[in-house]
Amino acid sequence: MSKRDPDLLLQSAPLLKQGLSVPTAMRDVLLALMPALFAGFWFFGLSAILVVAATILGAMATEWLFTPKQERAVALGDGSALLTGLLLGMTLPPALPLWMAWLGGVVAIGLGKTIWGGLGNNLFNPAIVGRAFLLGTFPIAMTTWHVAAGPDSFFQLHPSTLALPFMQSPPMDGMSAATPLGLMKFEQIDSPIFSLMFGNSSGSLGETSGVLLMVGGLYLLLRRALEWRIPLAIFISAGLFTLLLETIDPARFPGIHFTIFSGGMMLGAIYMATDPVTSPVTPKGAWIFGCGIGVLVVLIRNFGGLPEGILYAILLMNAATPLINRYTQPRVFGRSRS
Amino acid sequence: MGLLSSFKRSFSHGVHPAHYKGQTENLAIQRVPFGNRYVMPLGQHIGAPAIAVVNKGQHVGRGELIAKPGGFISTALHSPVTGTVTEISPQRTLDGSFKPTIVIEADPFSAQRVETTPPASWEELSIEEFIETVQQAGIVGMGGAAFPSHVKYSIPDGAHIDDLLVNGAECEPFLTNDHRLMVERPETVIQGTEILRQKLGAKRANIGIERNKPEAIRALEKVLEKSPSLPITLSPLEVKYPQGAEKMLIQSVYRKEVPAGQLPRDIGVAVNNVGTVVAIADLFATGAPLIERVVTVSGPGIDQPANLMVPLGTPVRDLLSFCGGLNDKTREIIMGGPMMGFPITSLDVPILKGSSGILAFTEEETARPHEYPCIRCGRCLEACPYFLNPSRLALLSRNRRYEETMDYHVMDCVECGACSFACPSNIPIAQLIRTAKDNLRQNPVEEAA
Ligand code: SF4
Ligand code: SF4
Repeated sequence: MSKRDPDLLLQSAPLLKQGLSVPTAMRDVLLALMPALFAGFWFFGLSAILVVAATILGAMATEWLFTPKQERAVALGDGSALLTGLLLGMTLPPALPLWMAWLGGVVAIGLGKTIWGGLGNNLFNPAIVGRAFLLGTFPIAMTTWHVAAGPDSFFQLHPSTLALPFMQSPPMDGMSAATPLGLMKFEQIDSPIFSLMFGNSSGSLGETSGVLLMVGGLYLLLRRALEWRIPLAIFISAGLFTLLLETIDPARFPGIHFTIFSGGMMLGAIYMATDPVTSPVTPKGAWIFGCGIGVLVVLIRNFGGLPEGILYAILLMNAATPLINRYTQPRVFGRSRS
Repeated sequence: MGLLSSFKRSFSHGVHPAHYKGQTENLAIQRVPFGNRYVMPLGQHIGAPAIAVVNKGQHVGRGELIAKPGGFISTALHSPVTGTVTEISPQRTLDGSFKPTIVIEADPFSAQRVETTPPASWEELSIEEFIETVQQAGIVGMGGAAFPSHVKYSIPDGAHIDDLLVNGAECEPFLTNDHRLMVERPETVIQGTEILRQKLGAKRANIGIERNKPEAIRALEKVLEKSPSLPITLSPLEVKYPQGAEKMLIQSVYRKEVPAGQLPRDIGVAVNNVGTVVAIADLFATGAPLIERVVTVSGPGIDQPANLMVPLGTPVRDLLSFCGGLNDKTREIIMGGPMMGFPITSLDVPILKGSSGILAFTEEETARPHEYPCIRCGRCLEACPYFLNPSRLALLSRNRRYEETMDYHVMDCVECGACSFACPSNIPIAQLIRTAKDNLRQNPVEEAA
């Protein structure tokens, strides 16, 4: 070889990498959410699209603002802010004033992520932080629901969508309707399982189609991008607990399909509780975490003051995550448990 | 989990890198022609370096002793060629440092025959004599670490070996040197296994092979069918990294866990690599000491990959030129496998007793994509065969909190790299853990009780 020797790099082993990185993992979750998102758009029209756009915009703008200049491209490119915005948007009522949705996105990233030190350091799921903020600040707007109008009135904006910040909201447009959860909780009216599953019930814009959210979950499972133990533990524990209550007093407590297919259960269990940053790292921890959420959901729904339990259940278990991690360290190979 | 994995013959956790063995698995072992310069560092493994017994200018025959063991954990060196000692001086080694080395210039007119006499028949040797013979033949673990084999055979009083386990897992991607030995010389593998089994007093022997080497399994099966009385069993194993790590292999084959801080022999098992077993068979058949080994030359930076029988001390440069040289894309060369091997600093470093492969990699494999913060996904925990918490260890090491890594059993890490492989944030976890271990070795602290 007369050729000059190559300039050798000394990158230390292993040189092989699994073809999975943070951006691809985020992209997988984004893709998985698409069917349910488009169903939401279909049922709730242009207003829904604008609400999601507003939360995403708020989240990404905040990420951009708080990231040092050189790191902006990478931080926005990893897709985590986009995902936070999207998840938040999907939990909101379709006719929420846009400025509120935008503010929710800002708070989700600002208070949910940035002040903790950015990606990987936050204790609570940012999207849920954003939603909790909105629910506390704008309780009326956040609980005003509309019937799923379907494609006929796709371009018809709800008057509240374009409401100006801090103005008196315009009068409700007469299309508002109680959600299945509200019906159940306050009036003890059951909803048909079909509408719960496919999304033409009234509710948050991305949460109403349990089946499509599940399809996305299956996709993640196939891509090996889902900590399946968490949703499984949630469904099993919530299901069993509900069954128990139902046997005690079937008139008062809702049935099992209700627990699993309704509200944000699917979205929360499959997409929010499994956020790696805010859930335990150990497999055993994942089981504990999921069971905790399942039990809390049923408790909050049936005995608490709110119709919706999953988001608060996740927040509570987020707080317990460091503790769960500490106590579920696996037994090291060849050592007895210490 | 336990039930499932007992059907699968495997250990828990681990990762599944692509094999990349297709390039070389069907290429027969080829002998490289003799070159002119052979470089034999006196220290080729942990323990004491060997002590030179030749002088500058001295003529040496192929297979002649050139350095004797410098202690118990030390092995002899023999000349890989017939030629003349031109230098005994510090030479550049793998990591870039200088180490005492014997340099031999080959005699271009020599027929390069190995002129040795076989040692006494192995049946007649006492275990002490056997150990001494193996040490004097320079035989080491051929899987990578090159730990002196005779040390493994020295069983302390009271201990007893029940099982001999031959390691043919070859779980590192790209490498096919053990595979070729099993395919081409199955009789020798069985012969060596039987010698060792009897000398160590083991009741049985198992040969562990990953299932992605059906040809090797078939070749060995055929030999065993001819002598059904041998207590040797083949154990096909799940294809999973690091299946070939000593304690993982024991777990897979015997479902036994070697306690931390102990050796396989403490639970009655001796593990030997296929290459080592062949070296032992050859020693007692022809008297040839360890002067050559099989090396897989492969990787995307090589256009003509090959399995080669290489005299020890051959500079990597000569090997590469035999394989058509590096292509222009090459950015890094690894000695060993891609998961645990070492990058070399120069093409002039020689093939050592433990060099199982020379792999050339391009920009694609060496480019480190952007490193993200740990997202606590737990994938490294699910990868680690030792059930450690690599993310925690990496974080502590990065913050130079080395002592605290002891609480997380950092010293149990075998540096297999499965955690780095699995990490979606591209954190160089294994490298960080290695740093912590190196630091702790230099400034030892008491292990917390
Ligand atoms: S390199 Fe160490 S910590 Fe990482 S997977 Fe291997 S044994 Fe576990
Ligand atoms: S695999 Fe990487 S990102 Fe995931 S927990 Fe381990 S160190 Fe963190």
